[in-house]
Amino acid sequence: MGTQTERLTDIGPPSYEQFLHPVIRKNYGKWVYHEDLAPGVLCHVSESGDRIYTVRAGSPRLLSIQTVRLFADLADRYSGGYLRFTSRNNVEFLLDNPENIEPLKRDLLAAGFPVGGTRNAISNIVHTQGWVHCHSSATDASGIVKAVMDALYEHFTNQKLPAKLRIALACCLNMCGAVHCSDIAILGIHRRPPKIRHDLLNKVCEIPTVIASCPTGAIRSATVDGKPSVEVIEEQCMFCGNCFTVCPAMPLNDPENDGLSIWVGGKVSNARSQPRFSKLAIPFIPNNPPRWPEVVDAVVNIVEVYARNARKYERIGEWIDRIGWPRFFELTGIKFTRYHIDDFKYAGLTYARSAHLRF
Amino acid sequence: MADEKRTTLLLDELEKGPWPSFVKEIKAAAKAKPAAEDLLGQLELSYEEKTSHWKHGGIVGVMGYGGGVIGRYSDVPEKFPNVSHFHTMRVNMPSGWFYTSDVLRKLCDIWERHGSGLTNFHGSTGDIILLGTTTDELEPTFNELTQLGFDLGGSGSVMRTPSACVGPARCEWACYDTLALCNDLTHTYQDELHRPAFPYKFKFKCSGCPNDCVASIARADLSIIGTWKDDIQQDDAAVSEYAAAGMDIQKDVCDRCPTKCMDWDGKKLTINNRDCVRCMHCINVMPKALRPGKEKGATLLIGAKAPILQGALLSSVLIPFVPASELLDTIKELVSRIWDFWGEYGNNRERIGELIQRVGMPAFLDAIGLDPLPEMISAPRDNPYIFFQSEDVADNPEATVSEEAENKETLKEKE
Repeated sequence: MGTQTERLTDIGPPSYEQFLHPVIRKNYGKWVYHEDLAPGVLCHVSESGDRIYTVRAGSPRLLSIQTVRLFADLADRYSGGYLRFTSRNNVEFLLDNPENIEPLKRDLLAAGFPVGGTRNAISNIVHTQGWVHCHSSATDASGIVKAVMDALYEHFTNQKLPAKLRIALACCLNMCGAVHCSDIAILGIHRRPPKIRHDLLNKVCEIPTVIASCPTGAIRSATVDGKPSVEVIEEQCMFCGNCFTVCPAMPLNDPENDGLSIWVGGKVSNARSQPRFSKLAIPFIPNNPPRWPEVVDAVVNIVEVYARNARKYERIGEWIDRIGWPRFFELTGIKFTRYHIDDFKYAGLTYARSAHLRF
Repeated sequence: MADEKRTTLLLDELEKGPWPSFVKEIKAAAKAKPAAEDLLGQLELSYEEKTSHWKHGGIVGVMGYGGGVIGRYSDVPEKFPNVSHFHTMRVNMPSGWFYTSDVLRKLCDIWERHGSGLTNFHGSTGDIILLGTTTDELEPTFNELTQLGFDLGGSGSVMRTPSACVGPARCEWACYDTLALCNDLTHTYQDELHRPAFPYKFKFKCSGCPNDCVASIARADLSIIGTWKDDIQQDDAAVSEYAAAGMDIQKDVCDRCPTKCMDWDGKKLTINNRDCVRCMHCINVMPKALRPGKEKGATLLIGAKAPILQGALLSSVLIPFVPASELLDTIKELVSRIWDFWGEYGNNRERIGELIQRVGMPAFLDAIGLDPLPEMISAPRDNPYIFFQSEDVADNPEATVSEEAENKETLKEKE
């Protein structure tokens, strides 16, 4: 403060190279294979014979600077100060000395951070901000993630599932968490059309933009109490919230009607079957903070039924490919409803267009 | 508000259980930061009332940038004055999310001086999220970040912060240098990242192999997925070791192959590489015995997005194979054409994938100068509604428009 420094802009991110462990720098691009030493512990072997050990721990993603400093301290103590984070919000310590693995694991566990998330485990849930930081959220994110991961803790710390299982949560259809290709997706949904603030709308929104924002053409211009505004053809609204994103005078948060939906069988990886979207399993579960027991039970049920019935290497979607959707609903006890049958664009693509039926 | 101890009965329930608790994190920050204390209070209110208490957006930022800061204001500022402004800063992470303890501590120190003491490692797109500060603190935070060598990431209708898997730093399957490519793209397009000039967001994600650890096929407008052209590298002795150790190679490897291109006779594994679709299953299962080939590069795919607006899309193949050494130049050339077309024809809030749906892939290929290839499709069209181009049909001067048809045309025009 106070000292004059040149204002820098557009410098971009710092180069990753300066943050690489010396063993990684030396063996960059020269790794030959890896072994799984234990849940959450990997060993990568280079063509030089060098080895780098990874210890992976789960985190709540929302971290205080105190916890980030704790990770820094653990890295200093055990991994030469080198660490990274994964695309699923796990922290990874990169060690050249295998003797540090067990003490690091002990320290992480003592501080409350479980080691695991590798191979056929349930890795950390990727998720969005929820009520912690978002205006359009139909639910909280961190709270449900915490409650679900408490219930699935053993599946993070061991790797006994038929295949890997990836869960994601997004607190509205904007899907900042892009949950749409997850084995199990938990998605916050609104169920009522926006409540239009006619007193505000013309002051804070461009009406043509609001009209154009609706994917189903449900919004048209209207004059209300002598003021230019819009109206919503309610039966055409599927509660996507895009109008609210472009116009603050179209809020659709509704404590009574907002809640969650559960989707299954998506995947991103190309392994075996092609990447695919998750499909609707449960259209609606009400918000029930602080621990959302109905959501937790629904997710645990799907995981348990899958674990009992899937064959080795079958992910949830691949398991359902084999047994068929009727049997999925039968085994999980989830009720099949009219909401499961698509009636948006290209809906026919998901209709059963053959006589291939299992009885 | 720090003088009277707030009760958070509902949130306290989320301190229980074995998984690390975000409530404990907020409480840890709240010891020193009134903003974190009020965040806790407002969140408790949300838990009581089952609704968000954040207002819609708000345009704030640092000088000269059009993104990187998410403006956030409480709708109950009288109750929680310390979160009346609670803006988020997106800080562009280093490729692959690699750090040293030293640089993490310096980031924490900056955020201790200027913000709530709360972070996300990391946000969904990959940025370091500095969660919650006031408008006044944005510029000082930015100055300290840039002095440390960090810059802001993207928000709004910009090129969003590109991300990459761990790549060749710690993975034997990386078919190109994901970290270098991600870093190079980010530095090349700083202007596009910081100043909104696009119809909507545009994301790059760099995955080193078809396992796609950064979900590029689901989330990136341009997905860069490593692959190889030649044969899988095979170590027969290591295959035998897996078999000796009890792996059922027929059942767990051959039978799981999507194109059934592998045979196991109990001693020797034979791969018909011409039929291999590079799905990675066999390599994932036997990492010591099988590896991607040596002729490495990436497949470029276009157009993934979440549902808003017209529905979710997965990326689809645009260029089947680009050698690793040519990736950066090829992508730069390609995106300049894509961005030109999108900038000219894209509607407001229309991702590139949706524009392609609207105008059709053939028209998009014409516009960016790529030839159609059978690798781009899962099957040729099954409808007969072909838009034949005028240059492909003979100009027939004998054909005349009937009087009746002409009349209809005229009528239509009048309507």
